[in-house]
Formats: sequence, structure tokens, C-alpha cells
Amino acid sequence: MSTPSAGQRFIRGILPENPVYRQMLGLCATLAVTNNLKSAVTMGAAVLFVLVCANLMVSLIRHLLTPHLRIVIFTLTIATFVTVADRLLAAFLYPMSKALGPYIPLIIVNCIIICRCEVCAAKQGPLTAVADALGQSIGFTLALVSLAAVREILGTGMWFGFRVLPAAWPDWVIMVLPPGAFLTFGLLLGLTNWISAQRAGKEEA
Amino acid sequence: MTYLIDILLIALGAALINNFIFYYFVGICPFIGVSRRVEMAFGMGCAVTFVMTIAAAISWTMTRFVLMPGAPLTQWIAGWWLDPQTAAGVDLSILSYIVYIFAIAASVQFVEMYLRRFFPLLYRSFGVFLPLITTNCAILFACLTIMSRLVGVDDPAARWDLGQALVLAIFGGLGFTLAIVIMAGIREELEACDVPTPFRGAPIALIVGGILAMAFMGFTGVDNGLKTALTPPAVVAQAPPTEPPSGAPTP
Repeated sequence: MSTPSAGQRFIRGILPENPVYRQMLGLCATLAVTNNLKSAVTMGAAVLFVLVCANLMVSLIRHLLTPHLRIVIFTLTIATFVTVADRLLAAFLYPMSKALGPYIPLIIVNCIIICRCEVCAAKQGPLTAVADALGQSIGFTLALVSLAAVREILGTGMWFGFRVLPAAWPDWVIMVLPPGAFLTFGLLLGLTNWISAQRAGKEEA
Repeated sequence: MTYLIDILLIALGAALINNFIFYYFVGICPFIGVSRRVEMAFGMGCAVTFVMTIAAAISWTMTRFVLMPGAPLTQWIAGWWLDPQTAAGVDLSILSYIVYIFAIAASVQFVEMYLRRFFPLLYRSFGVFLPLITTNCAILFACLTIMSRLVGVDDPAARWDLGQALVLAIFGGLGFTLAIVIMAGIREELEACDVPTPFRGAPIALIVGGILAMAFMGFTGVDNGLKTALTPPAVVAQAPPTEPPSGAPTP
């Protein structure tokens, strides 16, 4: 298999290798912040910022990395950018920063970022690394938004704060509570597996 | 007495009511990944509890004495070249995330070396999980919870001491072990079930997790109930005496 170009890497992160639905990475954030769309989008933006910066930085220093110290270097780089993102959020979006609480610092141990540093940025040039980071984080954001949309609409009848279901809708409160996250994600994951199995079957026939 | 009640509430809250997995969603990756067999799940749970306790102790000490605003060690060092007023304002809490992740990585490394040298049997049973733990969100989450009870808490009496931090870590780890072992038990049975093909593996595990989370929601409010049940002396002291103490011992 030849190494994919920057453009291919960008496309790949969004659907074919979606970090949440295909690689099952970064599940803590996925389940925890998707009870409404606003926090899901903020989380996606924070991950985008950290992933792009970390991938770029790792890609620039890739010739200086020694094999046994590289994970430590990755983690410290990520921790630095997460601190920056956390302070930025606290300065400009204080209520959101309060609402997301510990989940912003938990981006440090989000497997997506360390995985992309290891798989892509440590071996590729800066342009490819940034394209890869953008693709992966947009894929992550889309996954968060899909989950949050289902949970918010069924749980409160609202979408981004606008009412989409009739006022007579009995709010399924369980959907915005912790169990709803597990159930929604399990069902959506099953659905994506089913769709991709159908498509694979069609190609074979 | 109030301290003991406080400890009890922290322990119950961390282990059951606000279970790390079912309430805060931290440590989901091992919850899905390592919960296929009960022995493996138990080994992972023990390893997490062990590392969490050590990391909590380190991060409490670092936060209390170095990182938080007005920490004694930082003030003392800053006092060498700054005047006392400026030194009192030195705030290193911006470095806390980097320090915590470093503390976790270091404690994982030391636990691994120690076990390999002195308890080879134990090392063989859960040594494979140790490197995975460095990126386990549950541990960083415990450190962050401890930080939130120290930094930004103005009342010195309300700040957590080392005992409270350790209780949070130990019982949080036990709650994690409980959750992951229950899950592994269910998944062993699931292998004999006829699950629809698209739902095999992770999706059905997540749905089972959702049902378990619903079960754990049953603990909601237990902490408040216990608190009122366990603090009668203060309530009785505040209430006006309705009748004279008749049962007083006669001289």
C-alpha cells in the first residue's frame, strides 16, 4: 500500500477511518459531552485546535525524536496545547468552560491525538500532518454532532436550542442522562456497521 | 465525626453514586476493550486502583505544596529574590496538567519496575495492563477532581487533605473494578447469545453498559439521604426541646 497523500488523508479521517465510529478512539469525550449540541461543537473545536497544533509540532521535530522517549514527548506537547486551549476557553467562553469542566483537560489522554502523532505526524511532513489532523478532527466533530443531535432532539425536543419536535413531545429525559449516551452510541454504532455491511455486500454482488 | 461522615460520603460517591464509568464516562476504552474475560477485567481494575492511589498522592502533594496559589514551597523559593508581597501572588496552577500527566507516567513506570523486581507473579498477572494505564482517563480525572478541591477553594477548612484525596482514589478505583468486572461477567454470557451481526462486539457492549448505567442511577440521592441520617446531633441541638428530659438519672 502506497503512502496516502495529504488530500487522501484528509478525506480518510472524515468517514472511511472516522475516529469514533471506525477506530473507537476518544470515547470518554464522545459519551460525556454529547448531551447537547453546543458543548459537542465546542469540544470538537478544542480537539481540532489541539490536534492540529500537536501534529504540526510533532511533525516539525520528527527528526529529533528518539524511539524510547517519543511517547513522553508527544504527551508533554499535547498537555501544553491543551493548557492553552483550556485557558483560551476560560477567557472567552467562560460558561462553556465551566460546563465542560474536567473534559477539556482530559483531551490530554484522548487516544485520537496520541494515535495521530504516532501513526502520521512522526513520519510525515508538516503539510500532510496538518491535513491528517484536520480530517481526523472534523470526523471526530461530525461524530460528536451526530450523537448530540439524536440525544438532544429525543431528550428535550430541541435542536441547538430551537424547538423541532412539537411541544406535546414527552421528553425522553433518559437520553440526556448518562445511560442515554451508552444506548445512543451503541445503536448508532450498530447502524453504521449495518450500513457498511450492506454497501460491502453490494460491491461484491 | 463530621470528618468520618465526609470520608464515608466521598467513598460512596466515588464508588457507586458517581461511578467513574457510568456517571463520568472516564475509562471507557478499557471498559470496552478489556472486558471480555473476568480475570482480565479484575487484573485491569486492580492495576488502575493501584496506580490511581499513587498518582492521587503525588498530585495532591504537588498541588498543595507547589502548584496552588500561595503554596508554601513555591513561596519559599520565590521569596529568595522576590519581595514577600509578589512572592505570595506566584501561581503555578497553569502548569498543573503537565505535572499531573508526568506524575502519572512516572508512577506507572515505577510501579512496573517495582512489581517486576519484587512480585513477579503479580507482574505477570497484570503487568501487561500497566503501560495502557498511562493514557487511562480515569486516573487523570481523579487528579483533576483533587485539584478542583484545592485550587480556587477559598476556605482553608474546605480544602481536601491527603486522606480525602486517597479515599477518592481508592474507592474510585474500586468502583471502576466493580463496573468492569460486572461488564465482563455479562459479556462472557453474551458470547452464547444470538446477537444480530452488526451489533456484535462493541455496540452490544455499549447497550449493556447503558442498561447497567440505568441500574447505577438507582443510587442517586443515597448520599443526601445518608448525610441527613448520619447528622442527627446537629439537628437535635438546633430543635427546641419539646419536653423536659424525663429520663435523667436521679441522684
